Amino acid sequence: MEFYLTALILGLCLSAMALGIFISMKIFNIPDITTDGSYTLGAVITAILLTAHWNAAAIIPLVLLCGAIAGTLTGFIHTRLKIEALLAGILVMTALYSINLTILGRSNVPLLDVSTLFSSIHLFSVPVYNNVSIVLIFITVITLLVGYVLRTDFGIAMRATGNSPSMTRALGINNNKMKIIGLAIANSLTALSGYLVCQFQNFTDINMGIGIVITGLGSVLIGESLIKWWNIRSIVWSLVIVIFGSILFQLVLAFTLSIGVDPNLLKLVTASFVLLIVIIPRLKKHD
Amino acid sequence: MIELQHISKVFNKGKVNEVIALNDVSLTIQKEEFVVVVGSNGSGKTTLLNIISGAERTSGGKIMVADSEVTRLAEYKRSKWIARVFQNPLSGTASDLSILDNFRLAAIRTTNKKLTIGVNEAFKKQVKDKIAVLGMGLENKLEQSMGALSGGQRQALTLLMSIMDETQILLLDEPTAALDPRSAAVIMQTANNLIQQYKLTALLITHNLKEAYQYGNRLIQMSEGKIIRDLQSPEKKALRLPEMYEWFN
Repeated sequence: MEFYLTALILGLCLSAMALGIFISMKIFNIPDITTDGSYTLGAVITAILLTAHWNAAAIIPLVLLCGAIAGTLTGFIHTRLKIEALLAGILVMTALYSINLTILGRSNVPLLDVSTLFSSIHLFSVPVYNNVSIVLIFITVITLLVGYVLRTDFGIAMRATGNSPSMTRALGINNNKMKIIGLAIANSLTALSGYLVCQFQNFTDINMGIGIVITGLGSVLIGESLIKWWNIRSIVWSLVIVIFGSILFQLVLAFTLSIGVDPNLLKLVTASFVLLIVIIPRLKKHD
Repeated sequence: MIELQHISKVFNKGKVNEVIALNDVSLTIQKEEFVVVVGSNGSGKTTLLNIISGAERTSGGKIMVADSEVTRLAEYKRSKWIARVFQNPLSGTASDLSILDNFRLAAIRTTNKKLTIGVNEAFKKQVKDKIAVLGMGLENKLEQSMGALSGGQRQALTLLMSIMDETQILLLDEPTAALDPRSAAVIMQTANNLIQQYKLTALLITHNLKEAYQYGNRLIQMSEGKIIRDLQSPEKKALRLPEMYEWFN
């Protein structure tokens, strides 16, 4: 049971990133690879500042800011230097690897004897319930905030940008600016996942972000299938379903491990699972 | 209201596939004029419209809109005065967004998109009343996504969206080209009503000579990047449809 609860917590931790990818997919219609770098960036900053005995809450603004800078860079390279969004993301992700390694100083930093978000708050005596409730509250707040932003006039404009660029230009929206802001928001959410996962697993590893964008993408794809299936129109409910997608994704991985699949094959399983999610709706269409 | 001074537009300048889309075009459109532009494919009609909207930059010349020079102004900034209806119904609306959200964006075309929620009951009521005029029954489907509607319905809504915020100029780029004859007639009638009711300055590009004959109070024919005919209101009224067909023979 605790095994699946751990998967649930991890799914919730990663759901901030899923929300970020949901935004970048909405404004770009392509996956933002910067995610791999900005996720690790969030974790790196958290580990370094926690070991310097910063308060866990005080780190949050800095994590958000750094993620936003990473996203802004990708957006800038894409819109101003006219480089394809996919390549722009790969470039920033690659550059971030060096930056992350430089900040971290070595490839792995464990969080020993430091007070983390999870160890400093006590809602339940059983640690795993405590963790679930903390991350649940955290993600609820984030979801309400993102949901609010997406429902505002600004949010509607952002959602329309990727959907119909010719329309948004004609309606007085600076598409380039919108893409940069959207990517900044998306990557600050991704960095927030790094912040949460780092504290949950009690260490930051320089390679923890490799392929993480696939996890986020998988969550969003599961979410979008369900949104279409249930014909969900409310944007807040769409976000909730994306979070559900993130949790489901981790539960499937946990299940795979529990039936004895070699952990080395986890990325292969992840990729195959995402492929499956992508092709199932397409197979249906041919009926 | 719109003044084009010696506008030229050259695509692929200096290359083998160089195209002169507009060749020293000057045109002044007065306030509340409804100009219809005809011309064969490649005559420069759409380029002319794109130059006014800002979707294309000029290669030379000067553009004035509502007494301000806009030659170097980006398209999204010109939206302060100009609303557009595209040839492709998909271009003027966002498929994944609800009808209501599409209208919300249209209602704030000329202002900043703020971090406040603008879709409230009062706004819903306003949109409902506007859409009811179409008689398509869409006023009860405000939460439905735009993507679920037909091309004709989307084009009609795009037209209504253009007058949600303060508009002075309406650009119509073959708005009925993708529609069946009945929807096309509804769209043109709606457009004409809105132009009169809101005293808009309008520019309509069309391949349909009947539309060109029936609507507008000034008629322009373009050919090879130049304006070759310019008929003011009295001359346009005197014009007969068979004469227009002659122009293209």
